[in-house]
Amino acid sequence: MPKLTIDGIEIEVEAGTSVLQACEQLGIEIPRFCYHERLSVPANCRMCLVEMERAPKPIAACAMPCADGMVIKTDTPTVHKARKGVMEFLLINHPLDCPICDQGGECDLQDQAVAYGMDKGRYTEAKRAVKDKYMGPVIKTIMTRCIHCTRCVRFINEIAGVPALGGVFRGEHMEITTFVEQAIGSEMAGNLADVCPVGALTHKPYAFTARPWELRKTESVDVFDAVGSNIRVDVRGPEVMRVLPRVNEDINEEWLSDKSRYACDGLKRQRLDRPYVRKNGKLQPASWAEAFTAIAAKLKGLSGDRIAAITGDLVDVESVTALKDLMAALGSANLDCRQDGALYDTSVRAGYLFNSTIAGIEQADVILLVGTNPRHEAALVNARIRKRYLQGGLTVGVIGGNPSLNYPATILGNGPAAVQALIDGQGDFAAVLKNAKAPLIIVGQGAFQRPDALAVHALVRQLAESVGAVREGWNGFSMLHTAAGRVGALDVGFVPGPGGRDLAGILDGASKGAIEVVFLLGADEIDTAKLGSAFVIYQGHHGDAGAHRADVILPGAAYTEKNATYVNTEGRPQLGRLAVFPPGEAREDWKILRALSDVLGHTLPYDSLSQVRARMVEINPVFAKTNTVVPAPWQSFGTAGAVADTDFVSPVANFFMTDPISRASATMAACSETVQPAQERTGTHG
Amino acid sequence: MLRDEDRIFTNLYGFQSFGLDAARMRGDWDGTKAILEKGRDWIIEQVKESGLRGRGGAGFSTGMKWSFMPKNVTDKPVYLVINADEGEPGTCKDRDILRHDPHKLIEGCLIAGFAIGASACYIYIRGEFYNETSAVQVAIDEAYAAGLIGKNACGSGYDYDIYIHRGAGAYVCGEETALIESIEGKKGQPRNKPPFPAQAGLYSSPTTVNNVESIAVVPTILRRGAGWFAGLGRPKNTGTKLFCISGHVNKPGNVEEEMGIPLKELIEKHAGGVRGGWDNLLAIIPGGSSVPVMPKTVCDTVLMDFDSLREVGSGLGTAAVIVMDKSTDIVKAIARLSKFYAHESCGQCTPCREGTGWLMRMMDRMVRGNARVEEIDMLFEVTKQIEGHTICALGDAAAWPVQGLIRHFRPELERRILAYRNSAQSMAAE
Amino acid sequence: MSAASAAPIQEPTSFAFTPENLDRAQKIIAKYPAGRQMSAVMPLLDLAQRQNDGWLPRVAMDYVADLLKMPRIKAYEVATFYTMYNLSPVGKHVVQVCTTTPCWLRGSDDVVKACEDKMGVALGETSADGRFTLREVECLGACVNAPIVQIGDDFYEDVSPQHMTAIIDALTRGEKPAAGSQTGRQASCPAGGPTTLKAFAAPQAKE
Repeated sequence: MPKLTIDGIEIEVEAGTSVLQACEQLGIEIPRFCYHERLSVPANCRMCLVEMERAPKPIAACAMPCADGMVIKTDTPTVHKARKGVMEFLLINHPLDCPICDQGGECDLQDQAVAYGMDKGRYTEAKRAVKDKYMGPVIKTIMTRCIHCTRCVRFINEIAGVPALGGVFRGEHMEITTFVEQAIGSEMAGNLADVCPVGALTHKPYAFTARPWELRKTESVDVFDAVGSNIRVDVRGPEVMRVLPRVNEDINEEWLSDKSRYACDGLKRQRLDRPYVRKNGKLQPASWAEAFTAIAAKLKGLSGDRIAAITGDLVDVESVTALKDLMAALGSANLDCRQDGALYDTSVRAGYLFNSTIAGIEQADVILLVGTNPRHEAALVNARIRKRYLQGGLTVGVIGGNPSLNYPATILGNGPAAVQALIDGQGDFAAVLKNAKAPLIIVGQGAFQRPDALAVHALVRQLAESVGAVREGWNGFSMLHTAAGRVGALDVGFVPGPGGRDLAGILDGASKGAIEVVFLLGADEIDTAKLGSAFVIYQGHHGDAGAHRADVILPGAAYTEKNATYVNTEGRPQLGRLAVFPPGEAREDWKILRALSDVLGHTLPYDSLSQVRARMVEINPVFAKTNTVVPAPWQSFGTAGAVADTDFVSPVANFFMTDPISRASATMAACSETVQPAQERTGTHG
Repeated sequence: MLRDEDRIFTNLYGFQSFGLDAARMRGDWDGTKAILEKGRDWIIEQVKESGLRGRGGAGFSTGMKWSFMPKNVTDKPVYLVINADEGEPGTCKDRDILRHDPHKLIEGCLIAGFAIGASACYIYIRGEFYNETSAVQVAIDEAYAAGLIGKNACGSGYDYDIYIHRGAGAYVCGEETALIESIEGKKGQPRNKPPFPAQAGLYSSPTTVNNVESIAVVPTILRRGAGWFAGLGRPKNTGTKLFCISGHVNKPGNVEEEMGIPLKELIEKHAGGVRGGWDNLLAIIPGGSSVPVMPKTVCDTVLMDFDSLREVGSGLGTAAVIVMDKSTDIVKAIARLSKFYAHESCGQCTPCREGTGWLMRMMDRMVRGNARVEEIDMLFEVTKQIEGHTICALGDAAAWPVQGLIRHFRPELERRILAYRNSAQSMAAE
Repeated sequence: MSAASAAPIQEPTSFAFTPENLDRAQKIIAKYPAGRQMSAVMPLLDLAQRQNDGWLPRVAMDYVADLLKMPRIKAYEVATFYTMYNLSPVGKHVVQVCTTTPCWLRGSDDVVKACEDKMGVALGETSADGRFTLREVECLGACVNAPIVQIGDDFYEDVSPQHMTAIIDALTRGEKPAAGSQTGRQASCPAGGPTTLKAFAAPQAKE
């Protein structure tokens, strides 16, 4: 623990702390451009120069490790002169086109020029002009603005694990580029614009649409996968202008996947902004009263076993709770929240959670991926695994899922036989797993979207137990979900009740006429052709597969338009917040169900959000602790039995189009055309 | 003047073969095994005692540098790296060692490598030295064949490999950490220090980087004794040194001389004197392009060693003496160096990347006089904004020639500015 | 601009080492520790350039990067950082005149002019017949033999404009003029003979 003096204040820091970090601990601001706490330290911008006693020249605070007895001065004429000089150098070839720059108002260069720069320029020579580069559909480049900090190069190499960017040529001709002028094959490219301290890399979809000071900012939660990334939704008037990541060290750190960030343009297209009722085979605009009446007419006298409900991937816990209560009131046990047909055991919470937690990945020394392609199913979980890999000493094994990983891994097989082999201690990896200090088994939905899923569930549990993945202080059994609404729905028990039908049973019943009414709450991924002649109620926000099949459409709210709870794959309940109101006549979802229940004569017992949430807690106390992972007790789950030796297949074929919002997004369409192929090109081990 | 028997590089000009037999006749590889048998500590101590200071420009004690290497490293290999990326304008001494006396270098590599506990040595030769590289490779092959290096080198029981790595055109790779990056297959961008190469150098292993000349003199020092070397030159500036005398002299050339030889004597004895006589001298850059220029008055008396030249505000650098007579456009001579540094900046850190280009453009205007007198001060300030603020010394090297120019030739800069203004006015008046 | 340098670059669509060069490449890679094969990128790019008429198309950089199992962008970085890699086609003879201060002091401007006049191109250009590429180069490290002109792998030293004209003529005739000092002095030895070590000035007697 070195002890040093900074500006006359003594401080003791942990070994390995840089002078810059020590300054921050003391609240002393050190300007910087190239330094980024999550990236390697090149110390190339030279903005953080400070004085160190006995050093002949100023030192870069970011790259200098603290040592015992160091005397640092950050507020001397030498330091001020150095900063002023660097600032001037950075600006001589910078275009100073702030009035037309999207970074304007949130630009490190602009801010630090105000704080540390000169009041006028002295540079009268010709300025450098740099040709813009093509980096794909999400990143816009204005390379003349580049200050060569190399944050982007380091991000894409280190965090994204896609070595697509570099600095070519040298001296003042150095240019940041892909060199090949192709889209960057990363699902995290948007972060490049975030790490860029100037306006060289900006968000292409957001270009020239808004100024930061015009935006109203709402802190919320992402729904495009089951990670629960923390986001900030920036809106102007009724429009979501952009989505940015919010720091949450336990979940997404400060990154965001491109789908979570850029699919928001899909919120403006294909929206259901009023109720519809099918008349004479055609969906006709209707009033809320007409829609409710049509439903009431259909349900009148219908016994509960002829009614069913399926929830989708983006649903919030409040609306699922309301739907569950309504279905109970109608006497139906035909419920399923697993619209993908996954059939794992839902009775034990530890059986369907990412028990290790996402941050816990960093504790693991051996990771086994079963039936999952984490890069596409949960980009930030994958980023965390890569982070762990970069720390050294990680072994990764893969069974099925055909993952496109950006870290080295050993392929052990493609189906349940490979899991059995590990249990039986066959192969080198079995020993590696057995001897691991903190083995982590990540099992994806691809392992359960099959008829023998319950047996697979038991098999993986058996593996976890046989290698000691579940022990005091460590639970290395982690199910990776892909749907933001899934764990919450499981936690309220939106699964078949006693004697109830599951997804396959509902569809079977519908096609045979045994199920007459099917309520789809945002369920668009089912095979609607199997709904037969059933009367379909679709509640949701986009005119996607479900709405196309519907007989009545109830326009709901998208995730940016409601105050709602989502539980991520770890089992962590988080609150999404209303940033804009739902369009037209669309309403928050639980309120629609509450209103419908009234019309159906089964009035739900809550009138306010807090009452709904109280009901949620009543069903499952985990909802009382938002932002917290309550460790789930380990119990037996799954049903031992025969497993077919068929391959595990990842459910996400196209990362950029997985749900009604991303399917409506023009940006995601562009990404799936250009980035997906690029990713396949460069999806080699980083 | 240095006596011939005290000269180390007896085949400097290549009158004789560079091959092993001829090298042995000149005394190379004589008793190498016995030297190694005296042990690492003895070698380092002797080199320290000899007072040998690095011949690559910085002038740091070679023995001291070796003593910084960690002892008893077992978990990693240790490397010796030879800096033969000779490219400092004015400098061409290592080239002569490479092509005419490579066995001195190779024997030095073995002894130095042994002293620091290295398992292998990489000689980084600038890419343009294609023929020189061939000579060194032939010499290495000869040394392997003769059992001098490789397994059980010289019968000492010590295994030691020597490889050549060719550069490809980048002055900055003469900076030791840029050179290491380059061997690792990357752009030659200098690293931040710490960590220093002695802790984490090539492939993150402990590494010492030495200049060709520094290493090539070591075997002779050890054979003749540290006292012999230390007895030449002046205290703290000991031994012999290769001088390169270029520019406006009657007979430019390289020569090995005693450290501390008066500059005037060096030029008049070995380079045929300044073109048009000593009084026709305008200025001299005494240590390669990176050190400040000296006006004639300083040149009259200054001694050629590290400390003497530092006292007069310049430096010995690589001991490359660039002579300029009174016909020289001194502003253009320095402006051309500014262009050199702008061309060679690696582009990594801000002050150098942006500053060298700015200097080049301002100097270009100064050549024509297309500037304001106040801009001379601004030019000086810009050099000060670069100096000491960069990752490596290239920024300093770009700053110093311009500072030297302003310090000693400011009236010339002002004269041009006035002349340019007057001619512009008279043109406007016509 | 001359015709050759104005024409768009014809990028080849593929590149692979000849069996002999692949063998050379493997020997080069073996000079570096296991797992450090990326160290070989510079010599391999040089080898590729020599195989490809003196310039490096992108497919060659890709080939070398793939061979060394390194990201291609890293090979592009290296190829564009070092000045000895030619990123576009060059003439049969690449003539590089050093114009840095020590050479400039001894008349490199006149040497450049002699080249330009004789070849009919300006600095940076390739002659229309594809015979010569003329370039300015930074310090070649042979300053006591200034001015220096590098042609291919060889240094031509103590070059006057007259020498230059003669060299170009000889190259045009398909001859290979003798490299080294054009005034006939011995390497870096002062003209007229050494001032030191005169005893060593004669070639060693064969023993």
